Amino acid sequence: MDQKELKHLAELARIRISDEKLEALRGDCDVILKYVSQIKGVEGGAQTMEDLGLVHNVMREDGEPHESGIYSEELLREAPEREGQFVKVKKIL
Amino acid sequence: MKISLNQLTIAKARQGFLSGAFTARDLTEAYLKKIEEKNADINAYLEVFDDAESQAEEADKIIKKKGAESPQLCGIPLVIKDNILIKGRCVSAASKILEGYRATYDATAITKLKNHHPVFLGRANMDEFAMGASTENSAFGVTKNPHDETRVAGGSSGGSVAAVAADLALASLGSDTAGSVRQPSAFCGTVGLKPTYGSVSRYGLIAMGSSLDVIGPIGKTVEDCELLFSAMAGRDPLDSTSIEHSERVKKPMPPFTIGVPGNFVKEGVDADVVANFRETLARLERAGLAQVREINLPLLPYSLPAYYTIIPAEVSTNLARFDGVKYGAHVSGNNLLEDYLETRALFGHEAHRRILLGTYVLSAGHADAYYNKATAVRALVRKEVCAAFSGKDAVDVIMTPTTPTPAFPIGEKAQDPLSMYLADIFTVIANIAGIPALSVPSGVTVRDGKSLPLGVQLMGAHRREDMLFAVGSAIEQVRG
Repeated sequence: MDQKELKHLAELARIRISDEKLEALRGDCDVILKYVSQIKGVEGGAQTMEDLGLVHNVMREDGEPHESGIYSEELLREAPEREGQFVKVKKIL
Repeated sequence: MKISLNQLTIAKARQGFLSGAFTARDLTEAYLKKIEEKNADINAYLEVFDDAESQAEEADKIIKKKGAESPQLCGIPLVIKDNILIKGRCVSAASKILEGYRATYDATAITKLKNHHPVFLGRANMDEFAMGASTENSAFGVTKNPHDETRVAGGSSGGSVAAVAADLALASLGSDTAGSVRQPSAFCGTVGLKPTYGSVSRYGLIAMGSSLDVIGPIGKTVEDCELLFSAMAGRDPLDSTSIEHSERVKKPMPPFTIGVPGNFVKEGVDADVVANFRETLARLERAGLAQVREINLPLLPYSLPAYYTIIPAEVSTNLARFDGVKYGAHVSGNNLLEDYLETRALFGHEAHRRILLGTYVLSAGHADAYYNKATAVRALVRKEVCAAFSGKDAVDVIMTPTTPTPAFPIGEKAQDPLSMYLADIFTVIANIAGIPALSVPSGVTVRDGKSLPLGVQLMGAHRREDMLFAVGSAIEQVRG
């Protein structure tokens, strides 16, 4: 992984990292990727998540799970900034 | 009255309440006093709840009214890992990014415990978002090992475990994604259970690796862990991956067949750890409690590299929700994008590392080589491990040491992420396979004049926690 690629990933992941810290992280990532690359030597690769039997759809009735608005105040209270019944963010456009 | 906390178990505490020897309030006060004396040294608690005594008084009322009919865990003082939500209380996953956040609901595990009216003493230190094996990644300082304060307590549930080991709580909850309940338990001399994936609901557990995370109990005895597990287990409509819990009527009886992947236990493992592990097996055999069989599981060594491909992927996804908008900390910039960047700079180093790695292994050009391959390897490991528990050569449990070394000195691995990851080499197998595993103290080794605990790990077939408890109790019997 070169610095440019790592910088791009950081942008995509919305984290800002100083060049100096980025270099340290690049070194770590290289070592870790080299270590995990040993999985490439394992034969038999057709399986996907479904083979684990862990992933399946769980459906519920398409109705109101609870009365509308009963949790709104509690949840809004945790928002760093709010305006009335809305979570407030900076202008997007 | 003086209660000997170091001898106490949940069953003994309950006996004390029922006989009138002491009240839940007496017991809570004893723990609060001990916390006052010791926590500054150990740093197990991030917060001690100021209503612990009134919780205990409530429990006393129930015990007085219902006596032996009161719930099993009524009045039992517990500490909860700082990533499990208790409504109305602060919870931070030991991260600055959740500063000021108060939980808006109870985790299902907490709801189920609340039915028993235990006493929640406080919240326990941990590695930030449960990422680490030493609690050195906590934003609030390292938790020290009560047996030697220059050494780590392990992690990520280091605070939960150190609190129990230092008698700052009778039992606790942690979470286990690669060994976070079991590895610190081995380092501090407690019993720690990682239940079958899905057996305890993840609702209200702050997510790290959603396909691997599970809440697990920590106690001084196998029996204490069993009591807590039974209280929390079961299917939950709020967690679609949760499964039914059914208590088994017939208790597994010895002799147990123990499978040992001998080749895997040899490499890179401390000589004292291997000797203690072999001695534990020999004692079980001599007592007629077990038959030991060597088994060959060639894919085991791939569990850890598969894990460290899957986990950053899930971390980068799960930590995307911390944006400074919905809850927790908010650092303001010149525009919305800068708000995100400034706020997400509050994550610690390991979180940044895993977010970047995860973004990499999931990206279009690399997903096949890394994430998809790791998922395939995971399925193969799971198949191989599960096969050991079935057929004519089936074993009851697979046993390994819990950790390759005793507790390491603070700072030893802090700058070397890969060596920290390797601390999970034995424990991660159970998370990759989704099976239950239990760490049980198996003796001590001496380092720098200090006695350090060691632990052995038992892994069982899916939903066979009962087998782990039975073999774990056998180890408690034969332990010197």
